[in-house]
Amino acid sequence: MTRLRAIFWRIVALAILAAGAYAAFLRFTQGLGAATNLSDRYPWGLWIGFDILCGVGLAAGGFAVTTAVYILHLEKLRPIVRPTILTAFLGYLLVIVALMFDLGRPWNIWRAMVLWNPHSVMFEVAWCVMLYTTVLALEFSPILFERLKWRRAVKVVRAAVVPLVGLGFILSTLHQSSLGSLYLILPTKLHPLWYSPLLPVLFWLSAVAVGLAMVIFESGLSARAFGQALELDLLQGIAKVMALLLGTFLAVRFLDLGWRGGLEHAFRLSGRGSYEAGMFWLETALLALPIALVVAERVRRSPQALFGCSVMVVGGFLVNRLNVATTGLEASAGVRYFPSWMEVAVTLSIVVAGLAVFRFAVRHLPVFHAAETKEEAAGAAYAQP
Amino acid sequence: MRAILFDSTKCVGCGSCMAACREKNGLPESAAADLTAQQFTVVKQTGRAGSEVYYRRMCMHCQEPTCASVCPVGALHKTPRGPVVYNAEICLGCRYCIQACPFGVPKYEWLSLTPRVRKCGFCADRLAQGRDNACAEACPTGATRAGERQELLQEARRRLQAEPGNYVQKIYGERDAGGTSVLMISSVPFERLGLPENLPREPLPLLTFQVLSKIPPLAGVGAFFLAGLWWLTKRKEEVAREATVHAQRQADGAVVEEGRR
Repeated sequence: MTRLRAIFWRIVALAILAAGAYAAFLRFTQGLGAATNLSDRYPWGLWIGFDILCGVGLAAGGFAVTTAVYILHLEKLRPIVRPTILTAFLGYLLVIVALMFDLGRPWNIWRAMVLWNPHSVMFEVAWCVMLYTTVLALEFSPILFERLKWRRAVKVVRAAVVPLVGLGFILSTLHQSSLGSLYLILPTKLHPLWYSPLLPVLFWLSAVAVGLAMVIFESGLSARAFGQALELDLLQGIAKVMALLLGTFLAVRFLDLGWRGGLEHAFRLSGRGSYEAGMFWLETALLALPIALVVAERVRRSPQALFGCSVMVVGGFLVNRLNVATTGLEASAGVRYFPSWMEVAVTLSIVVAGLAVFRFAVRHLPVFHAAETKEEAAGAAYAQP
Repeated sequence: MRAILFDSTKCVGCGSCMAACREKNGLPESAAADLTAQQFTVVKQTGRAGSEVYYRRMCMHCQEPTCASVCPVGALHKTPRGPVVYNAEICLGCRYCIQACPFGVPKYEWLSLTPRVRKCGFCADRLAQGRDNACAEACPTGATRAGERQELLQEARRRLQAEPGNYVQKIYGERDAGGTSVLMISSVPFERLGLPENLPREPLPLLTFQVLSKIPPLAGVGAFFLAGLWWLTKRKEEVAREATVHAQRQADGAVVEEGRR
C-alpha cells in the first residue's frame, strides 16, 4: 500500500516536472507573453505573487529560529536549526530560479550589483536577497563540511556563526518588510483592503508567523516520512509565539483598516467589490482561526491538531500574499487574472524540485541528526513516535 | 525645462501627431486604439457624435517619475531638459515601471525574447538639437505645443482665464503626482481623458522613500539591539549556571558541616 502510494506520487511529480520543462521551453523560445497571462495592464502575476512573495515568506523560519537559538540562547530550539536553515536556503535558491523565469532580460541581473538606484525598493530587495542567500549558504555549509569531514572548515564557520545570524536577522527584516514596501508606490492601484502605509510592518509580522508555522508543518511531515518529530512542548511553544504574532498582525491590520476607512470595503458582500471582500475574509479566517485553536488546550496537546493549525496559517499567508500581488490589483487594471497552465506548471515544478532536493539532502546530510552539541548528538529533542 | 501643452479644445483628431511620432520613432502603422509597445501616442475621442472631444495620450514625463524611482538599475531616468528616457541595455525586465506608472504608460514587448519597455521618449534627441518634439511640430491646429514649462503654464492659465466657460479650471500635470512635463487642458473632466484625478500632489516616489530612508538607521539600531540581547541572554545563562554551582557548593558545605557535627 505504502509502496503503491509512493509510486503514485512519483508519477505525479514526474508529470508536473515534464509539464514544467515544456512550459520552460515555451517561455524561453516564445517569450513571456506566449507563456503567461500577463499584459501591459497586468504585468505581475503568479511568478511574482507566489514564487517570490510567498517563497521568501515561507523561508522566514530560517532567520526566526537561528536568531532565537544563537542570539536569544533559546537552546531548546537547537534541534530545528538545521532543518529550517536547509528549508530557507533551498527556498531562496528556488526564488532566484523563479526570478530567472519572470525577468524579461535575466542575463542583465548582475547589473543590479553595479548600477545602484537607492530610491528603488526593488534594488534594496535584490541586495538583501543576494546577501542573505550568501549568509544562508554559509550557515548551511557546516552541514556539508561535516559530511565531507572537513573539520577545520566547520570550526571556521562556527566561529563566525553569531555575527552571521545577526546579519541574517537584519537582512531578513529589511527584505521581508520591503516586499510589502514594493506596493507602497501603488496608492491608486492597489485595492484599499490591502493598500496600507503599514505594508512593510504587516509583511514582516506575517512572514515571521508563517516561518514558525512552517517549522510545525515540517515537523509533522518529517514525522510521517522519517518517523522523527519535534517534542510536543517545543511545538506548543512555537505555536504560542506564532499565535501571538498572528494576533498582532490581525490587530494592526484591523486598526489600520478602521482608521483609514477601508473596513467598509470588507462588507461589500454583493456586486462590485464582493470578490475582494470575499478574498479578504478568506485570508482573515485562515489566519484568525488558528489563534483560537492554539488557545484551546486540547488542540495544543495534539501534534496533529497543531499540524492542522500550521496548514491553515500557511494557507492564510498564501492567500494574503496573492491578494496583495494579484487580487488587489485586478479592479484598477480592469482585468481578471488567472495564471496560464504554463505559469502554474513552472511554479509547481519549482515546488516539486524543492521537495525533492529537501528529501535528498535530509537522507544524505546530517540535517535531522546534527552533532553540533553533545545534547544534540544524543538526539534528546527528538521523540520517536 | 521643456514641456508640451495639449489643449483638447483645439484638437480636431487628424492624427498628424501620431504619424509624426511613428516616423520619428520608426514605428509601423497601428490600428490599436490605445498606447502599445509600437504606438507611443494616440488620439482618442470621447463624447457623442457631433460634440466629440479629441484628446491625446502619451508619456506624461513626470517631474519626479515613478518609473525611474522604482527601477532597480536606473534604466529609466529624467534628463535635465525634461524627457524621461529608457536604456534597454541595462534593463532587467522586472516590469516594476509598468506596474508603478500611475498613468499606465510604459508598454512591454511581451512576445520578444529580448523584450524592451516601450514609451514616448519626448524626442530627447531632437530637443538636444534645439528642435521641437515631432508631434508638436506636426500639429496643424496648435493643440499640441512645445515650449518651456513655465511659459506653457502661463499660456495655459491665460487660456483658462480668457474662456472660462470652455475649460475645466485646472491644468492637468501642474501638480498632479508632483507635476509633469506634459500639461493638459480640457473642456471635459480629465477623468474622461483617461487621466486619474485621485493622484496625490506629492510625487509618488516619496511614498517609498519615506520608508527606504529609515533603513540605514534602523539597521544600526537593530544591530545594537541584537548585540545587547545576545549579551543579556548569555549573561542570564551564566548567572543561572553560577547560581546552581553555588547552591551545589552550599549544599555540599552543609553536608560537610553536618558530618562534623
